[in-house]
This record gives sequence, C-alpha cells and structure tokens, in this order.
Amino acid sequence: MTMPGVSVEGLRVDLAGTGRDIVADVNFHIAPGEVLGLVGESGSGKTTVALALLGHSRRGAQIASGRVLIDGQDILAATPAALRAARGRLVAYIPQDPGTALNPALRIGVQLEEMLRAHLPMLDTTARAVRLAEMLEEVKLPAGPAILRRYPHQLSGGQQQRVALAMAFACRPRLIVLDEPTTGLDVTTQAHVLETVRSLCARHGVAALYVSHDLAVVAALAQRVVVMYAGRIVESGPSAAVFRTPRHPYTRRLLQAVPDPAARRGLVGIPGHAPAPAMRPAGCFFAPRCDLATDICTTMPDATRVAPEHDVRCWHAADLAAATPAVPPPDDPPPPGGTLLAVRGLGAGYGSVRVLHGIDLAVGPGECLALVGESGSGKTTLARSIAGLHADRTGTIHLHGAPLAESVRTRAQDERRSIQYIFQNPYASLNPRRTIGDIIARPLHIFFDLPQDDIHRRVAAQLERVALNAAMADRYPDQLSGGERQRVAVARALAAEPQMLVCDEITSALDVSVQAAIVTLLADLRRTMGLSLLFVTHNLALIRTLADRIAVMSGGRIVELGATEDIFNAPRAPYTRDLLANTPGTSAIGLTQAAQTPP
Amino acid sequence: MIRILLRRLVLGAVTLLLVSGLVFGTTQALPGDAAMAILGKTATPARLASLRARLHLNEPVWRQYTGWLGRAMIGDFGRSLATEQPVARLIGNRIGNSAFLVGLSAIIAIPLSLLIGLVSAVRRDGLVDHVLTIASLVLAAVPEFVIGIALILVFATGVFHVLPAVSMLSDSRPIWDQLNQTILPAATLDLAVIPYMARIMRASMIEVMESEYVQMARLKGLPRRTVVLRHALPNAVVPFVQVSALQLAWLAGGVVVVEFVFRYPGIGAALIDAVSNRDLPVVQALTLLIGVVYVLLNLIADIATILLTPRLRTALR
Amino acid sequence: MSATVAMAQPAAPARQRRFTVLRQAIAFGRTRIGLAIVVAVSLIALAGPLVAPHSPTVFVAAPYAPPSAKVLFGADYLGRDVLSRFLCGGRVILGLSLAATAIGLAGGIAVGLLAAYGRGWLDELLMRLMDVLLAFPQIVFVLLLVSAFGPQLWLIVLTVGLSHLPRVARVTRGAALEVVERDFVKSAEALGETRTRILLAEVLPNISSPLLVEFGLRLTYSIGLIAAVSFLGFGLQPPAADWGLMINENRIGLTLQPWPVVLPVLAIGLLTVGMNLVTDGIARAAIGLGAAPAMPR
Repeated sequence: MTMPGVSVEGLRVDLAGTGRDIVADVNFHIAPGEVLGLVGESGSGKTTVALALLGHSRRGAQIASGRVLIDGQDILAATPAALRAARGRLVAYIPQDPGTALNPALRIGVQLEEMLRAHLPMLDTTARAVRLAEMLEEVKLPAGPAILRRYPHQLSGGQQQRVALAMAFACRPRLIVLDEPTTGLDVTTQAHVLETVRSLCARHGVAALYVSHDLAVVAALAQRVVVMYAGRIVESGPSAAVFRTPRHPYTRRLLQAVPDPAARRGLVGIPGHAPAPAMRPAGCFFAPRCDLATDICTTMPDATRVAPEHDVRCWHAADLAAATPAVPPPDDPPPPGGTLLAVRGLGAGYGSVRVLHGIDLAVGPGECLALVGESGSGKTTLARSIAGLHADRTGTIHLHGAPLAESVRTRAQDERRSIQYIFQNPYASLNPRRTIGDIIARPLHIFFDLPQDDIHRRVAAQLERVALNAAMADRYPDQLSGGERQRVAVARALAAEPQMLVCDEITSALDVSVQAAIVTLLADLRRTMGLSLLFVTHNLALIRTLADRIAVMSGGRIVELGATEDIFNAPRAPYTRDLLANTPGTSAIGLTQAAQTPP
Repeated sequence: MIRILLRRLVLGAVTLLLVSGLVFGTTQALPGDAAMAILGKTATPARLASLRARLHLNEPVWRQYTGWLGRAMIGDFGRSLATEQPVARLIGNRIGNSAFLVGLSAIIAIPLSLLIGLVSAVRRDGLVDHVLTIASLVLAAVPEFVIGIALILVFATGVFHVLPAVSMLSDSRPIWDQLNQTILPAATLDLAVIPYMARIMRASMIEVMESEYVQMARLKGLPRRTVVLRHALPNAVVPFVQVSALQLAWLAGGVVVVEFVFRYPGIGAALIDAVSNRDLPVVQALTLLIGVVYVLLNLIADIATILLTPRLRTALR
Repeated sequence: MSATVAMAQPAAPARQRRFTVLRQAIAFGRTRIGLAIVVAVSLIALAGPLVAPHSPTVFVAAPYAPPSAKVLFGADYLGRDVLSRFLCGGRVILGLSLAATAIGLAGGIAVGLLAAYGRGWLDELLMRLMDVLLAFPQIVFVLLLVSAFGPQLWLIVLTVGLSHLPRVARVTRGAALEVVERDFVKSAEALGETRTRILLAEVLPNISSPLLVEFGLRLTYSIGLIAAVSFLGFGLQPPAADWGLMINENRIGLTLQPWPVVLPVLAIGLLTVGMNLVTDGIARAAIGLGAAPAMPR
C-alpha cells in the first residue's frame, strides 16, 4: 500500500566513523499540498534531516538507517542513478543562501534550463523555451530573455531566491525541502517569497518541508509542525495545537523566548546551550536545562500521543496540559530624563555614496533607544558614526554637551571610555589567540591604572555581571558558544565603566532562546547600572520590552521616532505600518489568547 | 572593466620603468668606479678611460639612464665587452632558442597539470591522488639543476643511453628538426613546474567541489559529468590560469639554470657567461628582457583573471 | 545551509594551545619522515667536517680514482677524497640558507603587515615596490647583483633574502588583510590601542600559521637557490668544498666516476624534499584546524 505524500521512518544520521548519531528516531508524514514546519535551534539537526530527504549528507556525516518514502519510492534505498533521477524530479531543495547556491560563472538561463534537460529530456527546444517562460511567470520574475542572460551577481537577493524557487518547481516534484530560505531577506521580500511558496504548493499539490528557527514564520505558513532538539523530535502536531498549547518544556520555553509584535510581554531565555553530539547526557537531552526535570528523566522518554495527531517526547507532558502562562512585561522605572548624547544633522557615507542624511536624535541617561530598519537603511553606519568607528561624516555629535571627534582615535580617553561598542558577530569580535581574561582585562589596562590583583578581581566581577562562571577567564573563545561569547563582549564593554552601550545587531547571529537571554541581560544592566543603550536591530518585535523609544529608519533617514508603545499601537509613517504588518508573529495562531488568560 | 584594464596597463608600464631603473642602477649607478670593478685593479688608465667613455660613465647619472633607456627601446644595447659584437645580434638567435624551449615546456605543462589536478581532485584521497601528491611534494622541492642532473644520470649516461646529455644544437637546421636536443631540458623544466601547477589546480578544484553551488548542482540531480565539467571546472580554472601565467614567467628564470646544465644555447646560458665575464651590456640587456617578459606575463595573468570572472567582467554593464 | 557538521571538541586546557598546529603537524606520518630526513642530512652537514677522513683540499689519489679502502667513494676530478669533500660541503649551504631565509622573512613580514594595516597609499606604494622586486625570477636577481659586485658570500645571502622579501610580503599581506577586517581588530581600535600594539598583539598571532608555512617554503627554496648559485660557480670558489660546486666540477666525468656528483645530488635532494614534507605537514595541520586558508597563494 503506497501512501501518497512523504513518509519518513526511523531516519538516523551518524557522525561518520564514530557510531554516534547526529539525529535519530525521526518519523513524520507530509500529505500532498501540506506544509510541515521543522523547527529547531542550532545543533538540533534540522538541516541534517532536510538534506537526508534528498539522500544527501554533509561531509563528516552519513545516513545510517531509515526510509524516506516519496510517493512510494524509498530515496535512501535508491541506486546512485535512481537517486540522481529522483533529485529535482521527485524532491527538490531550496537553499538558505541563494547567493552562494547559484553558480557565479553560469548565466541564469543555463542554470534553469539544465533542470529541464536533465529531468525532462522529452521536451524539445521550443517546448523548453515555453516551459522556461512559464517558470519565470510562476515566480513573478520579469518575462523575456533579458533576465535569462544575467549572472547571479546581477540579481538582488529576492530575485535570486525566486530563481531558486523556479528551479525547484521546474519539474513539478512531489516534495519541496526549504532550508531557511528567507534568512537574509528583508521582511517585505520575505513575505512575498513565502506567499509564492504557499500558492505554488497549493496549486500543484506539492508537499513541503519548511525548516526554520523562526517560529513566527513557521506559525504563519505551516499547517503542522515538528520541533527538534539535539537531534530528536521532541514534539509534533498541528501548528495551532503546538503553538497554543505546547506540551514539551522545550517548546514552551522556546515560545516564551520568541518576540511577538502583537503583544507586549516579557522575553525569557533558556540558560545553557544545546549539547553537541558527543556531549549528550543519558536520558532526555533537554533535562539539564529543564526546570521540570526529575529522576525519571535519566531515561529517554518515548513519543506519546497527548491529543489528536499531537505527539510529545516527555515524561511530564501531562503536567503541561494547561496553556502557557504569558510572561508579564518587565516593570521598569522610566529613565530619569536629560540628555546624554545629542546628534544633529548627521550625514555619513563612503566616498561619493552617501548613506545617511540629516539625522537628529538624542539619548538620555538610563534610556534605551532602538534603531530599527532593514538592511541598507543606514542604521549600522549611524551606530558606527556615533561610536567613532566611521569617520566619513558631517554634522555634530555631543556627549554631555561637548562635541565628539569623527574618529575614535582622535577622541579623548574619557570620551572613548564613555561609549562602548558591541559587534554583531560573536565569532569575529574576540581575538581567538587570547584568553577571555586577557580580553576583558584590556580595557582595564588602558583606562585605569590598577595593580595586577585588582585586575583579576575586576575581571571576575565583570564575568559575574554577565552571568558567566569566573573560571571562564582561562578559556579561549573557540571553547565558548555564541551566546557565551556575546556575553564576554558585553563584559569587555562593561569593564570600561561606560555610560552608553552601542549594540549593533548583537543578537542576529544567535538562536532565539539565547537572543532572549541577552536582551534580558541588557534590560537588567540598564536597570541596575543606569546604562544608556543604543540598540540597533532589524527585528521590531525584539525590542518591545527593552526600548523606551524607537527610531525607525529607511533609506538613510529617520522616518519615525517615538515612544515604544506609540510606535506599536499607533504607527504614523507608512513605512512603519508596513514593517509591523509584514513582521510575522506567533500570535498568527492565537497566542495572544494565551496572553490574556490569567496565570 | 575598461577602467580596470587601463589601470593595470598603466601600472605595468610604471613597473617596467622602475625595473629598468633597477637594472641600470645595480649595474652602472652604484657608488664606486664601475670601470675599475669590471677591469680589475691591474687595468691601465687608458683602458679604464676608454671603458668609461664607452659606458658613458662620465656623464651625470640621470643622463646616463635616459640615454641607455632610449637606446634600449630601439634595441641598441651597445657592444658586448667580451666579444665586441653588437649585443642585439648576439642574443638574437638565442632568444629564439630559449623561446622555443619555454614554449615547448609550456605546451606540455599546462594541459598536463590541469588534467592531473582535475583527476586528483575528483578522485580525492584515492591511490592515484596519494601517489601524485607524494610525487609532487618531492619534485616541487628539488632544485631544477638537481632534476636536470638526475635526468642526465638516468637517461643519458647511467641507465639508458637514449638522449644526449649536452645539447649540440646546430644553427644550420631549424630547431624543430632537432627535437631530441631539447627533450631533456624541456623535461627538466616540466618536472620542475608541473607539480606546483597541478597542486594549485587540485586545491582549487577541491575548494570549488565543496562550494555551495556545486552541492546545489548535485542536489538538482544533474549527471556527474555536468557537475564536474560545467559547474566546477569554469570556476576552478581561474586561479589555475593565474598561476599558469606566473609559472610561465618563472620558466623565464628556470631556463637560466637548465640551459647551463645542458649547455643549451639560449639566453640563460648567455646570461651566465656574461655574469662571469662582467660583460655589463649583455647582462643589462638580458636581465631587462627577462624582467619585461615577467611583467608582461603577470599583466596577462591579471587580465585573463578579469576576463574569466563574470563578476568582474560585467562590472560596467 | 549551515556549515559542515560541528565536531564535538573537548575543551583543551589553556597551556596546550600555543603549539597546537605544530603538534598536529607532527602527528602526520609524512611530517615525521620529513623531519627525520632533515635532521639526518643536517647532522651530516654540520658534523661532517669533524669526522672527515681526509682534508677536503688535499690530493690523495689519482683523478677520478674508483672507490677503494683509502677513498671510500673514490676521488674527484683533481684527486681529492670525495667523501671528505662531501662531508665538509654542506655547512656553508645550510648557514647561508638560514640567514637568507631569516632576512627574507623578517623584511617581508614587516612590509606585509604595514601594507595590510596601513591601507590606502602606503599599501599601494609598498606593493608597487614589491612588484618591481618581483619582476625578476629569484636566480636572475641574484645574478644581476653578482655581475655588479662579484661573487661574495654576503652578497648571495643579501640578494637571496631580498628576493624572498616581496614573496613573503605578499603572503603576509594577504593573510593580514583577512584578519584586519575582523571585528576584534576594530574593537581594539575602538579602545584606542596604538597601531603597533594592534599589529603585534592582535594581528600577528592570528597569522602565525601561514607564516610558519611560508618559513618552511622559503627555507626550502633558499637551499635550492644557494646550491644553484654555487653550482653556477658564483658561490664558494674553488678549492673550497661545497655541494653545488662539486656537482658542477665533476659532471664532466659523470660516466667514469658518478659519486662526486651523486652524493651531493642526493644530499641536496633529500634535504629539500624533507623540508617540503615538514612544510606540507604544517600546512595541512593549519588548514585542518582552520588556522589558515586552504588555497596556497
């Protein structure tokens, strides 16, 4: 009996040559026309599963066992020739970064047409041309030969992703695997791409697996969802059920960490990080980080059915039957008022290209001002100009009434100390050849004249302030996770005893749960130390509970500046309205209902 | 793109100018009496004076330089100190011989190393790859004159008496008629150059095969040959082309030692003779020539890279 | 698509990290073989003169005499003991090679770092100067200067070192450029660290692996170049014992008496191959640990 659609049974992928698994016990089913969301953070194995559906594994991994049935054919048991035929024809892949997935040396037309040549050889030249035109029209790319003659680098990110979509749907496969396809695209383009995917799947009855760490996007798109943690499926079921009444502690905590543009609630991160394949504990992998863990959790639970179609792998699933209580928003005192930093008429650019025009803003002591905008809006350039890392600027910046020089090198030491900058990429902002202790001690050496013992003590104090173990001072950056590294960056900034922290998208490279923890940390610091924050981000929802005021930027200008709640509840500028409308939230399936339920 | 090319050309010309300055400076413009250095302390004042006049040593340095450069550009390098022949005539034939040798080596080396690199990369970590890797590690390290002597030992004197150890090229017959005189020298050059080029091709090919777009091509279900030849090769070949041009340039120098080993009558052997004899005009002419060839080949490498990379080629479109 | 499968790595205690690349390199069989060869040949070169049976310049037999009890490997073209000349002929090559490599490396690293960090006009100026030096194959550059000054040993060292300089500078610049762009360097700038400190404390330690590989390569080429210069007759002059010189002097009689050519050929060949194996081991270790880019420049 061959079931239509896709069936994955007992899939297991091992680390090559070790016998340890990356993912195991993976079972799910996708009906034709249905979108299944596969959700997980880094280290969950979701990409490994996605690639396995095409019979592919990354270098260092090998598919150990299991079946992947697509319309009755087992991909994992196919001969190499059959596998090649199946790829593209039966199952197609849409990559995360189309910029690197398209061959830079070949024209778009060539890359599109070879799909047809390889899998539909019965088509002659004219038929192929017709089909190509159809493909372009389906993904809403401009018709005509012009685009076919272009090279990938001549297209925008959104166009590149549409080409990838066209390639995937070219041969009408039965299954499409999408691996975080909208990362790196701005919110509006993301919305368009998702809409195209949804309509194409519905029109052609194609099953889709949508892999993502972004729960909000998955909530908006997928009918059913599977949650993975450390290589195991921990929960699966209809989206509405899983997001509204999650029955696994991890899912629950994950949802509490996701920012929601529609409701004002607190964010809670999950302490610690997911274990690497070699470091998994016996029993439930999530137990070390779970506040419901008991002795029974030292054995791995089986998947149990808790509701129609809703499976959970947890001993305590029954205890979580009630809806998740919403985390109340933090009750922060308002900032004291006054002006710490004033920017007037700031313009900046790179040589002849100007990217900022006429920026006016002010930040008070103890206040958090968020700079929100998409890529290209100039928000990073603005942050760098304020910090003195971008010297090509006009206009004035005053700190405590005194003007700041363009370049940080020419600023007074006290000025340098007062404004500290935290970079986006935690994997590049720490010197890999120095210990954590050395890294944090540098500002102490530069700004203060202290004896060696005092330095040690202060380093330990900074580490504690960011909730890191003082023993970390002897470790090297590559031994730390992304979240831990970002905390070290914060500690380094705090060591200088600044008055203002400029945070440049510091959570973009981090998982959702870690992101929430960092944001909570910053809120705490602001409250306890009276620090000012200039927080740059593209995620409007993220700073709802952190920022006092928000400046929305587009095209190098501030299009709207106001108090946080005003921006969310009554946005005035059309750009801000569009931004809010296109930002997906988990409330898309009614999480706000949970927020209004009394705890 | 035109602007990039023009810039390269201008830079190349400036480099050439500076190169000529360097050649001139080290041979004629250094402090101390060049004439005395050449003729030695026992030279008579009359000989010293006539040499000075001949080399224009009494004029101010900059005038010497411009004069020399001007004459050099029309091919007049004066007369050889050792033989009194016009330098241009002396090296005329030899340029042809050396060019033939280098050309022969290049025609074999480029396709062969491309193939070896390609095969090693595609059959990575297999037996063939391992053997080729060891061979290239060995050959790349050994200096070319050692390779040359080893070849002589094996083919000309020791094991097989197949090929001549010393090249007796006669001027009367065209060179392609006397191929067996050029085989050993060309083989030496090839053995010196192919290992490095093949490694570059292999490394480039491996990097490209691991790239996201080649993975994507595999995931599209394309046949293996299409993936390797149409997707991987055009990208992998670009660094290889660059290195090939640079290796050709290296051959211009490698030729010096190899010609000496086989007594092949080319510009390399002529240079060594000239250096031994302190025959300045010849040294100037030959080093300038080699410098020019080197710079030109570098320029060709840069231009080829630009033309082969769509991202750079379409910059103005 | 995410990066390659993350391998679980146990946390290494702080002290071990300094020499991780070298440790990893030694683990390869090839590196060990190479190291053994280099050590063996170096020992012969350095300690050889102490155990030579005869003086290298004294005539002890007939020219091209075959091997016998008195002359274990026969005599050379003038009747001197081949073995003794061989044992004494390596010191100078080794010494000059090391000196030339040191010069090339020190100069090249300095220029490369300055160019990478200075950017703008300093970078352009330095790289154009490097281009001029690079316009000559290394041997031609040496010959050019020898023609002006005559065959002096100090000149050989200087010119070989100078010919390495632009090549080392290019590699250093390339590696440093990649590091200079990284945020931790900008972070140090934001703190107000001086340029020198940033170069030495932030940039240099992070390019140590490609530089180590470059050192190995340059030493290998130095040995080849200096042997070649001697072979051409511009190094040590007769009657000194020198491997390169021996090869040239005795190759006329190759068919009669191969040993005075074969022994130095083997020594030079083995030494360079061994050096290259070690260098390759270091390169592979560095790539494996992510400490250096996979493509050679």
